[in-house]
Order: sequence, then C-alpha cells, then structure tokens
Amino acid sequence: MSVETITSSEYIKHHLQNLTYGQLDGQWGFAHTAEQAASMGFWSINVDSMFWSLVTGLVFYFVFRSAGKKATTGVPSGFQNFIEIMIEFIDHSVRDSFKHKNKLVAPMALTIFAWIFLMNFMDLIAVDWLPQLAALSVEAMGGDPHAAFFKVVPSTDPNITFGMALSVFILILYYSIKHKGLGGFFAEILFHPFGKWGLPANLLLEGVALISKPISLALRLFGNMYAGEIIFILIAIMYSVGIGFGIFGGLLQVGWALFHILIITLQAFIFMTLTIVYMDMAHDNEH
Amino acid sequence: MNINATLIGQSIAFFIFIYMVKQYVWPPLIAAMEERQKRIEAGLLAAERGLSEQAEAEQRAQELISQSKDQAAEIIAIASKQASNMVEEAKDVAVQAADKVKAQATAELEQDKARVRNELQEQVSTLVMQGVNAVLAKEVDGKTHKDMLSKLSQTL
Repeated sequence: MSVETITSSEYIKHHLQNLTYGQLDGQWGFAHTAEQAASMGFWSINVDSMFWSLVTGLVFYFVFRSAGKKATTGVPSGFQNFIEIMIEFIDHSVRDSFKHKNKLVAPMALTIFAWIFLMNFMDLIAVDWLPQLAALSVEAMGGDPHAAFFKVVPSTDPNITFGMALSVFILILYYSIKHKGLGGFFAEILFHPFGKWGLPANLLLEGVALISKPISLALRLFGNMYAGEIIFILIAIMYSVGIGFGIFGGLLQVGWALFHILIITLQAFIFMTLTIVYMDMAHDNEH
Repeated sequence: MNINATLIGQSIAFFIFIYMVKQYVWPPLIAAMEERQKRIEAGLLAAERGLSEQAEAEQRAQELISQSKDQAAEIIAIASKQASNMVEEAKDVAVQAADKVKAQATAELEQDKARVRNELQEQVSTLVMQGVNAVLAKEVDGKTHKDMLSKLSQTL
C-alpha cells in the first residue's frame, strides 16, 4: 500500500489536496502536486469537490422528488412521514424567523439544510476508504496513485462553502434592493446608525456588517468541517503507529464520529437558520 | 485549498437546486400536508358535530316520547268520557225504546181487550138467545121476541 511508505506529513497533505483540473503551462490536465494545483490559478476546478457536491445534491433532490411525486393526502408511509417531518421542521423554522412573503425562502432553506447535511455526512465515511479506492482505480488504469488526490467532503473545500454563501449574499442584495429600493438600500448603509454626519463611520460599520454575512457563513461551515476532517486524519495516522495506538485510535474515531454527527447537523442547521434570518433582514423595510 | 472556479460551479449548482426544489419538490409535499391537515380538521369537526347531533336527537326523542305519553293520556281520558257518555245515551235510547214498545203493547192490549169484549158480548148474546129460544120456544112468539132480543143485543 502506498500509504505505508509515505510520512505522516505527506499523508496529511495528500488528504487535504483537492483533485484539481485546470490549465498548466498552456495544457489542460489534472494537477499532480499541490504546487501545480496552486499555479493553475482561478480558472481551474476541484473535480472531487464538485463531483461529491453534485452527487449529494442529486441524492437529496431525487429522494425528496420521489416523496413529492408519491405524496398522498391519506395515511402517509414511513418514508413520506420522514420527508414530511423534514418539511415541517423547515417550514417551522422559516415561519419562526421569516415574517415576509417569499415562496423562495422555504425551498431554499430545505435545499441548504439537506444538501449541507449530506455534504458534511461524507465526513463520517472512514477517511481513507474513498481516497484509497480512487488511488487504486487510478493505479489500475495505469496512472500515478500519489497524484490521485481525492477529497470526499465537499464542505471542507472553501470553494464550496463560499460558493453557497456568496449565492446567499447575492440573494440578500437582490431582495434588499427589490424591497427597499436602490436608494433605501444605500441609505441603510450610509445614514445608519449615526445619521448623515457620521457617514464614514456608518459606511464602515454597515459595510462590515454586510460583508461579514457571507464570510461568516462560509468560514464557519468550512472551519468546522475542515477541523473535523483534520481530526479524522490525525486519528487515522495512529493506525500506522502500532496495535495499542491503533485500538486507541479506533475508539477515538468512533467517539469523534458520534460527536461529529452532532456537528454536521448543527452546522447545516446554523447555515440554514442564518440564511433565513438574513433573508428576513433583507425584506425588512423599517430602517 | 485554492479559490478557483469550483466556487462558480457550486453557485450555479446551488441556484439550479433551489429552483428545482422550489418548482418540483416543495409545492406537492406542502400541498399534500396542508390537504391532509384540512381533512383531519374537517373530520374532527364532523365527529364533534355528529356527537352534538346525537345528543340533540336523543333529547328530541325524549321530548317526543313524553309528549306522546301526555297525548295518549289525554286521548284515553277523552275516550273514556266519550264511552261513558255513549253508555248514558244508549241507556236513554233503550229506555225510550222500551217505553215506546210498552206503550204500543199497552195500546194493542187495549184494542184486543175491546175486541175480545165485543166478541164475547156477541157470543154471550147469541148464547142467551139460544138459551132463551130453547126455554121459551113454545111460549113466546119467535118473531116478537126476536125483535126484542135484537134490540137488547144492540144495547149491550
């Protein structure tokens, strides 16, 4: 196995490197080292993150879509019951925090919660299984297994979390301007909270408040998942030290996985709730 | 951990998923749930209404029963009164009829009595005449006596 021949540092780096497809020296291809991936610049794509993000998204969509197709108004089956509990939970959260009328918010909250939960859930699959599988299949196809980077948890990729947070931010801006008008939106930033003469201070405070929304959304999710992933990787390193450490590591991994179930759900919930609250603020016309 | 076009890809995927969920997932599910909620609500209401209707019907039935009991008692009272009236009337009629029959009988009796008396008178006078004839056949001139006797029989 390739893992046994590399150092811990290499092992960690390997696990934290995305499989990047981009242009290198004028040629399109996969990056073979972290340096190559970095030098590809903005116009490259993390294939593994994107792949698992789409897979989990499609799983979510088709599970809920099949429930929607089979939805009966009579006695619901167990599966429909589960989906309805989810829908009801989301609907309640939206009703509690969102006081305006917008048919987009509840479906968006559902998408965010379920999708982020599933992306986070990839963290609970033992940290080496899928990367090892990818390395083996690359090796079988005659490639270099050391270059087969494969991160399976999309939410440990800042591109994914920022992608979602910035989308939410675009919606915040869109609905703010739609409901307050362009003038109202800028008035809120420029003349609040200190009035006309405190304009620079206002701009600084409100500007930071506005910008911090997507950044905190994205970094909170990314930070939590990234830290969780690193702990899983560190625990996994213990397996190579010896039998005693291996057993201890096994216990640690079970413990951390159990605790992580809480974290992945909580992070999905926080992202969803904050999005709802931000959308509510965007619709508020009171300032 | 480089920021790259994955960000844009994820954003596009995010908007597409939101759109599809908004279009094809959320409405049928929420509609089914609301529909069921309405049905359950209507069912509960109907059950409650049924219960109150039952109680009402029972009360009405009770009222009807007591009403009909009263009516029955009234009818019985009227009927018994009527019956006694009828008996009284019948008695009167019977008495009258009996009186009439008695009167008729008495009248007939009187007539019969008179007729019988007349007949008896005639028979007696005939007998007397025969007796007298037999006794006085020789001594008395039949013709003169006969005139006398017929005068006598007419006075009787």
